[in-house]
Amino acid sequence: MTDETYTETVDEERRDFIHIAAGAAVAGGAGALAWPFIAQMLPALDTRAASSLEVPVTDIPEGGEVRVLIGGKPFFLRRRTAAEIAEAREVDVNALRDPETDDDRLVPMADGNLNPALLVVSGSCTHLGCVPVGPGSNTGEFGGWYCPCHGSHYDTSGRIRKGPAPLNLPVPTYEYNADGSAVTISL
Amino acid sequence: MSGHESTYKPNTGIEKWLDARLPIVRLVHGSFVDFPTPKNLNYWWTFGGILAFCLATQIITGIVLAMHYVPNTEMAFASVERIMRDVEYGWLMRYIHANGASMFFLAVYIHMFRGLYYGSYKAPREISWILGVVIYLLMTGTAFMGYVLPWGQMSLHGASVITSLIGSLPLVGEQIQIWLQGAPSIGNSTLNRFFSLHYLLPFMIAGVVVLHIWAFHTTGNNNPAGIEIKDPKKDAVPFHPYYTVKDGFAIIVFMLIFAGFVFYAPNVLGHADNYIEGNPLKTPAHIVPEWYLLPFYAILRAITFDVGPIPAKLGGVIAMFGAIAIMFVLPWLDTSKVRSLRYRPLARQFFFGFVLVCGLLGVAGASNPDDVVIPTGEDTLRYEVALADTPNAVEVARANDGKIVSQRDERVVIDFVDYEASLAFEEESGTLVDPTVKHHGITWLPVAQLLTLLYFAYFLLALPLLGLVERAKDEPETIADSIHPKNGSADAVAAE
Repeated sequence: MTDETYTETVDEERRDFIHIAAGAAVAGGAGALAWPFIAQMLPALDTRAASSLEVPVTDIPEGGEVRVLIGGKPFFLRRRTAAEIAEAREVDVNALRDPETDDDRLVPMADGNLNPALLVVSGSCTHLGCVPVGPGSNTGEFGGWYCPCHGSHYDTSGRIRKGPAPLNLPVPTYEYNADGSAVTISL
Repeated sequence: MSGHESTYKPNTGIEKWLDARLPIVRLVHGSFVDFPTPKNLNYWWTFGGILAFCLATQIITGIVLAMHYVPNTEMAFASVERIMRDVEYGWLMRYIHANGASMFFLAVYIHMFRGLYYGSYKAPREISWILGVVIYLLMTGTAFMGYVLPWGQMSLHGASVITSLIGSLPLVGEQIQIWLQGAPSIGNSTLNRFFSLHYLLPFMIAGVVVLHIWAFHTTGNNNPAGIEIKDPKKDAVPFHPYYTVKDGFAIIVFMLIFAGFVFYAPNVLGHADNYIEGNPLKTPAHIVPEWYLLPFYAILRAITFDVGPIPAKLGGVIAMFGAIAIMFVLPWLDTSKVRSLRYRPLARQFFFGFVLVCGLLGVAGASNPDDVVIPTGEDTLRYEVALADTPNAVEVARANDGKIVSQRDERVVIDFVDYEASLAFEEESGTLVDPTVKHHGITWLPVAQLLTLLYFAYFLLALPLLGLVERAKDEPETIADSIHPKNGSADAVAAE
């Protein structure tokens, strides 16, 4: 094998270019390929399609509530009595932990007017996600809801009044249908 | 996993610290960086790396699919459709996984034929070869159980056929079949355990792959010349960068073909019947396995006769498993000391014949055993009439050039080549029987039987005898010589 003598000149710049170009192609390809493997864990189309629900509200008795699950999350729809509405409106908003007027927590109907009788709130305590108890069980010191996990009290507008929860029960995105007989709640 | 002295030099403090406690970097370095690899490996040797890529692909996409799949007979089919329609990129995950199985088998068959051609199974690499056959067996089991999971018609009835093979074992067969199925038939229990095992087996494959690599890194790679490395400086190059780049390039080309299937023909290798939900009351008209198991399916169906006390059904099962089992003893069936078929001109011809036989067995497996493969005459119109209804059938047929094929128990089978003659026969005999078109020729069954015979003859006759009678060409003295022939031995580089 003595005849196998040849000189090799190494062009370092050319090698660097090839290394960087190949490395960039591999990195780009790997990144593009990685995305589908990450995205497959996102909520699937059927799961996302199930993330809104139309709930009829005419059957809710005065002073009572309906509880629904949307995408596994609880929501309360409560038909408030005149006394409960009055109680919610009399509160000094500035003294609240999470200041919101009762009207802030309502959504106008198709005709543009508010319907104070119907309150729609998330059913997930803003402290650690327990589901508060309400009408028919224990409405807490302020007549709204009471969270049995760590003792948060909500008033008749779903606002936090006492206990560890930091915020009011959130009002979800929802809208009334044309005649006000149902609301559609979306996540 | 490296059968050579390590050249790994830990530089930093933490590398030294780790190396003194767990020399894992040294192991990887010795196996995949500075491992002295024959410098003459051709592209057939890249299929090892391609197979590692295939296994990784199947495991990763399989883990993803298991996040969405439901192993329950009521929900499995719908859950697969949900993966296809609703899960983000679910179609991609499933098409990669389903086509990945085919690509895996394509690569493993090339890898196995490469081993056969270059004598990679011969001493001292018998254990590498046997572990390879173990991997192949695990692959077939995994693929079979994976095919059951979508719970389509082929899934269900394919599983029924294969598990009933076990039932053909004497005495205990039926009990074992029920034990495997977890019920008197293929049902929810079967689906659940198949899912569990389908998830388990790839990791067992990965384990055996480690042993497989360990074994041939202990003996050193075989190579196209089939001779050992004598001087690592002249005969070998380090694995990295020479073969990492070569394997990487081959994997990219392989991925292009793979992607071609996934994106342009994702269902071409499957069966439409499997998009119909499994129905235990209705078997598909033509039930066949996936393409990669067809040769063995052909061997299974070729045994239609009893062999002594062994009934045909059991005989078929024995032949099918025997076709794989024979590969375990292959290192001791081949009597030639020369590894590479480059230097065995006669054995090389037999090898290509064997490849052809395997391919034809695949075609036979895909075909109906009773279909004519080699026509030997014109199609005829065939009547099967009862003499009780048509007492003059034989006379009238003879008068109209009809051929009496058989006459038994007052039933006559008559063939007509000529359509007008058949009409005359119908009129004169007054028969109300409608004819069928009969094709004449050799059917797939005897062809498959011949191919099965040739398959086993290659291992049991050709390889043992060739080594004794064949005069091999001179092997080159060194691997370096095989690349750069010395003067006067130009034939050392044989045409591939």
